[in-house]
Amino acid sequence: MAESSATPTATPTGPALPLVGKSDTKPTWCPGCGDFGVVAAVEMALKRLQIPSQNVVIVSGIGCSSNLPHFLNSYGFHAIHGRAVPVAEGIRWANHGLTVIGTGGDGDGFGIGVGHFIHAMRRNVDLTYVTMDNQIYGLTTGQASPTSRMGQKTKSTPWGVIEEPIDPISLALASGATYVARGFSGDVKQLADLVAGGIQHHGFSFVDVFSPCVTYNKVNTFDFFRQRVYKLESAGHDPTNLVQAFARSVEWGDKIPVGLFYRTEKPTYEDLEEVLAAGPLLHQKAGLKGREALLDEFV
Amino acid sequence: MSELTVCIGGQAGDGIQSIGETVARSFSRLGLHVFGMNAYQSVIRGGHVYYTARTSTERPYSQGDGVDILYALDRQTVDVHGPGVRPGGYVVFDAEKFAVAASDLPPGVTALAVPTLEIARKYTTQSILQNGAGVGAVAFLAGIPLDVLHEVLTDSFGRKKGEIVDWNLGASAAGYQFAGAHAKVHASAVHKAGPPKLLMTGNQAIALGAAAGGLKFLAQYPMTPASSIMHWMADHSHSLGIVVKQAEDELASINMAIGASFGGVRAMTATSGGGFSLMVEALGMAGMTETPVVVVDSQRAGPSTGLPTKTEQGDLNLMLGAGQGEFPRAILAPSHPKEAIPIMVEAFRLAEKWQTPVMVASDLHLSENHATVDREEISFDFEPENLIAVEPNGHDYKRYQYTESGVSPRAVPGQAGLQFIAGSDEHDEKGHLVSDVKSGIPHWVAERARMMDKRMHKLEGLRHDSPPMVLEGPADAPLTFVAWGSTIGAVRDAMRVLAAQGRPTNLLHFPTVYPVDPQAVKEAIGRAHRTLLVEANFTGQFGRLLRAETGVELPERLLKYDGEPFSPHEIVARALEVLNHGGK
Repeated sequence: MAESSATPTATPTGPALPLVGKSDTKPTWCPGCGDFGVVAAVEMALKRLQIPSQNVVIVSGIGCSSNLPHFLNSYGFHAIHGRAVPVAEGIRWANHGLTVIGTGGDGDGFGIGVGHFIHAMRRNVDLTYVTMDNQIYGLTTGQASPTSRMGQKTKSTPWGVIEEPIDPISLALASGATYVARGFSGDVKQLADLVAGGIQHHGFSFVDVFSPCVTYNKVNTFDFFRQRVYKLESAGHDPTNLVQAFARSVEWGDKIPVGLFYRTEKPTYEDLEEVLAAGPLLHQKAGLKGREALLDEFV
Repeated sequence: MSELTVCIGGQAGDGIQSIGETVARSFSRLGLHVFGMNAYQSVIRGGHVYYTARTSTERPYSQGDGVDILYALDRQTVDVHGPGVRPGGYVVFDAEKFAVAASDLPPGVTALAVPTLEIARKYTTQSILQNGAGVGAVAFLAGIPLDVLHEVLTDSFGRKKGEIVDWNLGASAAGYQFAGAHAKVHASAVHKAGPPKLLMTGNQAIALGAAAGGLKFLAQYPMTPASSIMHWMADHSHSLGIVVKQAEDELASINMAIGASFGGVRAMTATSGGGFSLMVEALGMAGMTETPVVVVDSQRAGPSTGLPTKTEQGDLNLMLGAGQGEFPRAILAPSHPKEAIPIMVEAFRLAEKWQTPVMVASDLHLSENHATVDREEISFDFEPENLIAVEPNGHDYKRYQYTESGVSPRAVPGQAGLQFIAGSDEHDEKGHLVSDVKSGIPHWVAERARMMDKRMHKLEGLRHDSPPMVLEGPADAPLTFVAWGSTIGAVRDAMRVLAAQGRPTNLLHFPTVYPVDPQAVKEAIGRAHRTLLVEANFTGQFGRLLRAETGVELPERLLKYDGEPFSPHEIVARALEVLNHGGK
């Protein structure tokens, strides 16, 4: 049985293993929800990279977007609000042969879970975190989120938001993420490229996705983003330049950049954790049988 | 029973713990059983700290009730502990620092001035070396051979070599000789009793037991008194192949552990009450997703920040009720390092077998204090089963399949054809959500109830598979103590004192505090002539749990919530009261 389990050096031989596809659960998102584009892009990216479904784990928190793992046929962990990232980290460390993808919303990742988000990036854990950022709390029927813009009226801010939003991109850059991108669920092809790039990237990959809520956010709509987004790669942006990446990350208004802001190569947490050099933890010996000499230190 | 207790006191930063450990380890090297209590405060420098090393011909289970040799590094130590020195005892001090008059001490106690600073100055200007001279004098009085002391001192410096070790050996020899020239060895001085015993803290035993139980991943956030579990594991992580992660907070710690467990390794986290409070939501997620996880709560005096360096058994209600809704859980409670090792092995076995969280209740008194264990009392024979045990069965695999026991086949990511979603939402046998478009539809209403039944059925399995209640002492004794966790240590010592007075007692010891077997408890309490519940909390939480589970009342109680561990004499006094006057 053990050999069927993912190892980091596994090279596909023999008959091709089944790839990730749709599960038999139909998405329960509102018709027209931006998250349909995200699940399509994740599926496309995994198919393109030919990663067998048995070696993929999609981990989410709580919120509309966090239902995503149910709609694909890989392994999944639908965790509690804000905790997708530490669950995903634990999975990676138990078996770093797996492809681990975190998914969730802006409330999940930048509100209740923001501490984990920052620390996972500074550790450069090799996982891909895709946030469906709709600037609103959807599943709880329309309260302000950490990325709601100043002045936005919501159920919890009927007179308008009076605090500045978090900027996930510059936060990721400052926290040490080694792959930082922004996509738009209105452009599934580009989004799939960004997600695939993140999965392939050796280190923490962050893809923030403008994924409009068609029910509760009447400001940041598909049209809002269609009229404003421009592609970084067409604008001469150099994704190896951190200073340029910061400058682009704070652009907001009539022109909002999407694409790859920054990419760099650094050792991952898994590279530096010496215990994992012996292979995925789940294949290593457990227990202390025969290790009685360990007791000598207590004499 | 002959016993000898050495107490060393001073300020934080004086090196009290290291002197205390040196004395305790010298006793254990001589083949004697020891209990070593390190009492400290939440300061790095100053204040009052002390270490009590108690040895006796029978294994001591607590710090005891008196002192035979007091080594005072400051005057406050004399004021605080001097009155507790027994006749025939000594107070070792340095007259260059402060004076101690015979009239300051109980009758029959000798004040022995040892020029520790003067001895130290022969080697170095660093005054910390006075401890070497002082411990030498203490060793002489206690009957510890100089070569044994020197072995222990040398080992305590580990890989450090050179003048620091030589200075300590020289200063301790000088202190030893000085005491020899000016005093007699204590009447209860120790003698070599057998092969060396193992001296360990509860936390070291918890860490060892976890590793023996198959632990591969520990995530933890520093919090007294649980931190040293992480320290031991981190020191041994490379040699044992265990990933140790200091997480950003306790929320991350338990979620990482649950993720790692889902990923296919045995995983745990450890904390104290404050951190445990943050873990509560994730504990329920482990229950709901049926992911094994072991959580150690090393309790300290609460509520809130409470007394960070003082002990209590106040988190039982929290552990019992942690998490919204209901899910199966077990709470195990070792009373001594020798029990902590097998208890941890059991915790991992139970969590794995019943696919649910298992908590281990320790407390500061057990976690941080030293006790001796014989090698023969420790077994590393447990062989953790391979977690990859489910065979693929195609499209029919049901992660949450209804079964007789409530335990369903658990697949591990990477296994072909067994993909499933572990969901914190209510789900069906295949793991599909029933929380959104299905909830409230009659078929799914029934499925929800069935899934609850399945999960909760595991509680009955745990009830009969967890370490059973133990009766210690003569079956027909006129008084039965009821206790759990570290409190049992002082109870065991009190039972000896009572037995010596011709008052036999016995003890109902609960290595599993939850779930208990109600029938067994009812029968055991029914057979007792009188009972005395002993717990380190205000409300008698375990007594309330037993009443809730079994209907038995334990009217006589001894509760303590001042942050200090029980002393045998407190228990003896209350037991005599109950024996002489109490009803059942």
